[in-house]
Amino acid sequence: MSANKSSGVALSAQGLSKRFGDRIAFQDVSFEIGHGEVFGFLGPNGAGKTTTVRTLGTLIAPTSGSAIVAGIPLTPENGVEIRQRIAIMPESPGLYLRLTVAENLECFAGLYALPDASQRIERVLRAVNLTGRANDPCGKLSKGLRQRVSLARALLHDADVLFLDEPTSGLDPVAAREVHDLIHGLRQRGVTIFLTTHRLEEAERLCDRVALLNTTLRAIGRPDELREQLFATTLLVRTLAPLPEPDRVFGGLPAVDSWRQDGPASYVLTVSDSTIAAPAVTRALIASGADVLSIAESHHSLEDVYLELINEDVEAGTP
Amino acid sequence: MSVSATRVRALYRKELREYRRNGTIVATMAAIPLSIVIFPLVEVLALPASAASALLNGDPLVILLGIPAIVPSVVAGYAVAGEREQGTLEPVLTTPIRREELLLAKALAALVPSLVVAYAMYIFFLACTVLFAQPAVASAVLQGPDLLAQVLFTPLIALWSIWVGIAISTRMSDVRVALQLGALAGLPILLVAYLIAFNVIHATPGLALGAAAALLVLDGLGWRLVSALFNRERLIISAR
Repeated sequence: MSANKSSGVALSAQGLSKRFGDRIAFQDVSFEIGHGEVFGFLGPNGAGKTTTVRTLGTLIAPTSGSAIVAGIPLTPENGVEIRQRIAIMPESPGLYLRLTVAENLECFAGLYALPDASQRIERVLRAVNLTGRANDPCGKLSKGLRQRVSLARALLHDADVLFLDEPTSGLDPVAAREVHDLIHGLRQRGVTIFLTTHRLEEAERLCDRVALLNTTLRAIGRPDELREQLFATTLLVRTLAPLPEPDRVFGGLPAVDSWRQDGPASYVLTVSDSTIAAPAVTRALIASGADVLSIAESHHSLEDVYLELINEDVEAGTP
Repeated sequence: MSVSATRVRALYRKELREYRRNGTIVATMAAIPLSIVIFPLVEVLALPASAASALLNGDPLVILLGIPAIVPSVVAGYAVAGEREQGTLEPVLTTPIRREELLLAKALAALVPSLVVAYAMYIFFLACTVLFAQPAVASAVLQGPDLLAQVLFTPLIALWSIWVGIAISTRMSDVRVALQLGALAGLPILLVAYLIAFNVIHATPGLALGAAAALLVLDGLGWRLVSALFNRERLIISAR
């Protein structure tokens, strides 16, 4: 296991950049990921997510900056040692289609020089529910099953840090849910997971923290933190009939900063603390004789955060 | 730099399994040797006993050295370019395998079946010669030093072709181009073999020893040179 576990940091990057000639793949990326954390790495196509994974996985050398991967400084000399401690599941499974599932795994168990290969292969096949398909050629498997074999391959050597690049890409909802359950299980075992995904609901469900990359790192934090940073908390009030004097009802209520009408009998209230504002609004509405249909706190999803930040980049003409 | 036998063996076994299940490779490995062996075999079988002395100057057996020159280079041409094309190179490169280990495994996996095919063809050729050629012709072909040279030169030539083939394979993103250029890599050796067979170049013990020494050095350097050409980043970035 990691040599640097006591420090609490499984993976860190400091000003990491990669250029291909004039083209910037990603620039000035800095973050720290703790042991056992599931870290989501989000961004549009071409944002540099896969290149970042390849760089941290020692497949590509960074142009500048530094990183520590699984407790080891990212240098060309440390490539073999780093690759021994990490696993990368690429977006495309990259299986030997003429070989069976077990033969694919056997090859990779050998490449990691694992002493107890057959037990490990059995274990990972059980983990991804593929025990019964061990002797099937990979070329005869569906896309979802190939993805599971790819995940089994990444689990073979009990990596300290697991890079999952779009692990549910192209999977149906049931198969995607199975992958999510596996990721949950890995987190419980203390595996650090660097999850690259387009699926924002997936990131929201699985990740402790997320980072949004659009060549540069646009935001980093817990999904709820990012929502708070970008969006004010609002209460959505719906009544049966329009309020005759809404300003008298909402004006001066505790924790209500402002309000606006959002339809004939709908009102959006910007609040500083919904736990104070909601009861006060309810009491004020009842006191005014309004027939209340609903009072709900509006919920901004990670997708709203994502779109807000990416739209900012589009409007600013970056990257 | 230490080489892990476990990693080399893992990739080597995978390669052999893939060859066995790849009809194109099996067909290529069978068709090329047959096309090379047919001409000298027909010549030897058709030769009258009175012309047997002519074989002592030009040796049809030398033409068979085209088998270790051509067969492994075609297989080696697929080694890296083929992995890139089917998207399997990146997962392999994410493992702790060193480039020297990867290339050694690929080279061994091309060498072993090529040697088996080449020696099998020699045995086939010699058996046909003994059984069906005129006895005088057969004894002219079955010269001890010639047979020894044939046996010794086969792995040296095969390994040279493999390193050239793998070198081409690491630089080409299109597997078809890699295979075609890989096949061309064996042609100079085939040309020299024909020149010896047609008595244009006189094969002397000195020439044989010099050529063997040169091939031995080139084979040794091949591993290092091809390892230097193997650029992990370029292979990943320009893949597919």
